[in-house]
Amino acid sequence: MAVQEFISPTSLSEAQLVVGDGAASSWLAGGTDLLVGIRLGARDPARVIDLKQIPELTAIEIDETSVRVGAAASAFDVLHNSDVPSLFPGLAEALNLIGSTQITGRCSAGGNLCNASPAADSIPALIANGAQCRILGPDGERTLAVEDFVVGPNQNALASGELLVELILPRPPAGTSDAYLRLTPRTEMDIAVAGAGVSITVDESGTCTAARVAIGAVAPTALLVEVAAQALVGSQLDQAAIDAAVAAVRAAATPISDKRGTAEYRTHVVGVLVSRAIANAQARIQEARS
Amino acid sequence: MNAYQEFKMIGSRPVRPDGLDKVTGRARYGADLNMQGQIYGHVVRSPHAHAVITSIDCSKALAMDGVLAVMTGDDLVKPGNEMLGSGEGAMALKDVVPMVMSQGKVLFHAQAVAAVAATSPELAAEAARAVEVTYDVLPAVTDVHKALAADAPILHNDRFPDGYPEEPTNLATHISLTVGDPDSAFDKADVVIEQTYSVPMCHQGYIEPHACAARADAAGRVELWCCTQGHFTVRHYTAAVTGIDMGKIKVTASEIGGGFGGKTTVYLEPLAVVLAQKSGRPVKMVMDRGDVFRATGPAPGAETKVKLGATRDGKLVAADVECLMDSGAYNGNPAGIPAFMATACYKLTDARSTGRSVYTNKPKIHAYRAPSIPQVTLGFELAITELAAEVGMDPIEFRLLNAVEEGDANMMGAPYNRIGLRECLEVARNHDHYKSAVADGAGRGMAMGYWINAGMQSSATLNVIADGHVSILTGSPDIGGSRASMALMASEVLGIPFEHIHPQVAATDAVGHCDVTGGSRTTLATGQAVIQAAEQCVAEMCRRAAAEWEVEPGVVAWSQGAAHYGDQSLTFEELASRAGAMGGPLTFSTSLTSTSTAPGFGVHICDAEVDKETGRTTITRYTAIQDAGKAIHPDYVEGQLQGGAVQGIGWALNEEYLYNEEGALENPGFLDYRIPVASDLPFIDAVIVEVPNPLHPFGVKGVGEVPIVPPMPAIAEAVYQSTGVRFRDLPLNPPKIVAALLDN
Repeated sequence: MAVQEFISPTSLSEAQLVVGDGAASSWLAGGTDLLVGIRLGARDPARVIDLKQIPELTAIEIDETSVRVGAAASAFDVLHNSDVPSLFPGLAEALNLIGSTQITGRCSAGGNLCNASPAADSIPALIANGAQCRILGPDGERTLAVEDFVVGPNQNALASGELLVELILPRPPAGTSDAYLRLTPRTEMDIAVAGAGVSITVDESGTCTAARVAIGAVAPTALLVEVAAQALVGSQLDQAAIDAAVAAVRAAATPISDKRGTAEYRTHVVGVLVSRAIANAQARIQEARS
Repeated sequence: MNAYQEFKMIGSRPVRPDGLDKVTGRARYGADLNMQGQIYGHVVRSPHAHAVITSIDCSKALAMDGVLAVMTGDDLVKPGNEMLGSGEGAMALKDVVPMVMSQGKVLFHAQAVAAVAATSPELAAEAARAVEVTYDVLPAVTDVHKALAADAPILHNDRFPDGYPEEPTNLATHISLTVGDPDSAFDKADVVIEQTYSVPMCHQGYIEPHACAARADAAGRVELWCCTQGHFTVRHYTAAVTGIDMGKIKVTASEIGGGFGGKTTVYLEPLAVVLAQKSGRPVKMVMDRGDVFRATGPAPGAETKVKLGATRDGKLVAADVECLMDSGAYNGNPAGIPAFMATACYKLTDARSTGRSVYTNKPKIHAYRAPSIPQVTLGFELAITELAAEVGMDPIEFRLLNAVEEGDANMMGAPYNRIGLRECLEVARNHDHYKSAVADGAGRGMAMGYWINAGMQSSATLNVIADGHVSILTGSPDIGGSRASMALMASEVLGIPFEHIHPQVAATDAVGHCDVTGGSRTTLATGQAVIQAAEQCVAEMCRRAAAEWEVEPGVVAWSQGAAHYGDQSLTFEELASRAGAMGGPLTFSTSLTSTSTAPGFGVHICDAEVDKETGRTTITRYTAIQDAGKAIHPDYVEGQLQGGAVQGIGWALNEEYLYNEEGALENPGFLDYRIPVASDLPFIDAVIVEVPNPLHPFGVKGVGEVPIVPPMPAIAEAVYQSTGVRFRDLPLNPPKIVAALLDN
């Protein structure tokens, strides 16, 4: 069965109207997963609804408290925004790792999230930054934390007719930075064997006052590892604290062995990535202060 | 030596004639030909790795609107014991037909079982799904050791290797050669190394998938357009597989996006021809990437046992090599090359070399750049390096002490002519890379490699055009810049500008027979045909000038693109424009079987840094040194050195065929079949050494294959030097390295 219908609504209300009849539809943002899925026969929507003509969905807005990234805003647009990469260098690292330059021009953080791959690069980075999902559905709006949005491999929390409108990231407080690292055998054009997103806040004395640690590709969904964050908060990010955080993420990881790596390897290397991501975020904070 | 010691054009680097079209997207590749009324073929493939086909029902597919033809293996020839070709390219018909389409039994996952042709690619795909095939599924075996076990499922009940009793086994071939008395020679050794090394099955990874278009006329003649390394071979194989007379088939080679040995046979071409005949319409077929990985010929995985003995002062005294190779489902003859050539770089009077190959439920292996030698060389060269370390010698010094030179014989018996292995080793020893300090945390490895290089049949036709330009037709598909090389060689002989020479790859009916572009033979052998045609042209032009001047032809000299006698001269352009009045069109065709080949040798140096926590290896510096005889166009020689090194890096670090329990390939795409990307690689420093081949008019030696031979052992040694852990089984991917480091 080929795609029978392609619709390009220009407003959220029009998009809502379109899906009202309940026919099997797929939202299209960049299409870098959807089109590949259709070609491989893994996805077979009768109707494809393009989201890129809806202004809210491609907008990137920044105010005093938050950064709002439209769900279909391309990774390229986020990466070339005047503020987002400096506010969230780790998120920028993650988006920049998705595919080639050409893919980065099409793909979106919202699409990467909705596709809900366990190995998605942007999801741990979004979780680390406490991102919230603004969802619009037939019954109105709701908000969900990114860590709760993905419910299983390639399964998200959207009900029929619901649409991810935007991602809302709280503006990081002073002394905060983030970092994302993944392990791939190749330098690029590859998929994470393990990934780690970390955001930390460090005060003038060097004490870590807040932390969020997220890991990817080592469980059915990306995980927020609160035990790892607790190991860091209150510490000077000394070796003992780092070791405790590493042990916590290794304990939280429940990876599978597959063609991309063994469970043992993934468990080991996700700890290495978390340790290095903490160091990178810490260095960014120090650099901003100096 | 030869008449061309002072080269004017050879060794220069003009822009290749095909370059602009390639970088601007205008070059026409296999899938770029579209014909009026064309329809599209689609292959039905087996979901099982080992099964008997109990029925194929195409009736529902054929009944669909827009479906114009269906076919099965019954539409192809039933092979007996016919051989296709001889020598290096020899292949049994019974090993070719089933790689095109199965006949009754399926021996690997995704093997073709039927095909359909319809008015659109989508409809053809849908019709393929409507073909009903029933199978009796058999257990599959994809591991060579399991395939040799007593309880293994047997792939062929009717094949018995030479010298074995007629009882079913999966052993495909067994070849063993001995020189001297290796068993007692080991007694003379002070140090003996005995280790086992392994390399996984991998794919050539050419970027362009197989593609072709066929049309049949009402008189039964057939035209084919396809991407191939040898359209004369496509004609031969297509005729043999379909039963159509070879003379009724015309094949045109498209531009080609990589082959590396993998495009020296047929897969889709006979199917397109049969579907075109059945439908009466032109048929286009394009293989998708997954099927390229699943159902074309990869390079064999291999396990090599190496036993080497040396005296305490570093003299190699004995070798015993045994290579066990994966043949896939049919006989790809991978075992002979390791048996004949494993020891080819070393002076050895006492050695034994054995090759065995085994049937498994995987696609039949096919040629990949110096076929079978990289696999055995991983073991042999690493063992040499380990031996050098045991006796406390630098690995290059150890090799210089034992390297073959002119007059030495290898396992095949014939002594080497003038070769350049020692020169390459000396360049390596004196190279800045080898003399520089190794960075902290990194390691350095070096290794050398050999390839026999082929000669075989080539033809060329040179047509002089009235404006003084020249067209050169050969039948050698250009996979590595050969048109530029042909034009340079003709320019050298004729003395006219490179830009006035227009080299083309001509169709099978437009030029004499050419064997495949393979065996690193094209610049050497087809180049020889071009040189001879150009020399005939010069001789004829001198004869015509002599007639004009009423002198003996012998007194006319040719230089700088003109005939000279005394103060008289006639230029190439004048002779070309007046050809009609001076004796008629100037056309020169030559054909030859080249016996001028010379083996190639190379030495590679690699620095690698392993991240000890993640197991990732970064190649930080790489130098590839090779004796090219004479580099006709140095850019393309360097390109061969760099490309071979890159493919070797991929094979060493990450490339690997991964099969599941059911015998299906788990990574049939470039996402999980990891060839290197540009950012994975350092600049590959290519160093050309020129020790001219005395048998070739320009001193040429084949260069294309040697560069993939040394990388794997060089990289494995560098990883050992970086980690302190000896790895003998490739690929050296991050999980394997971390597991070993954590164990240590």
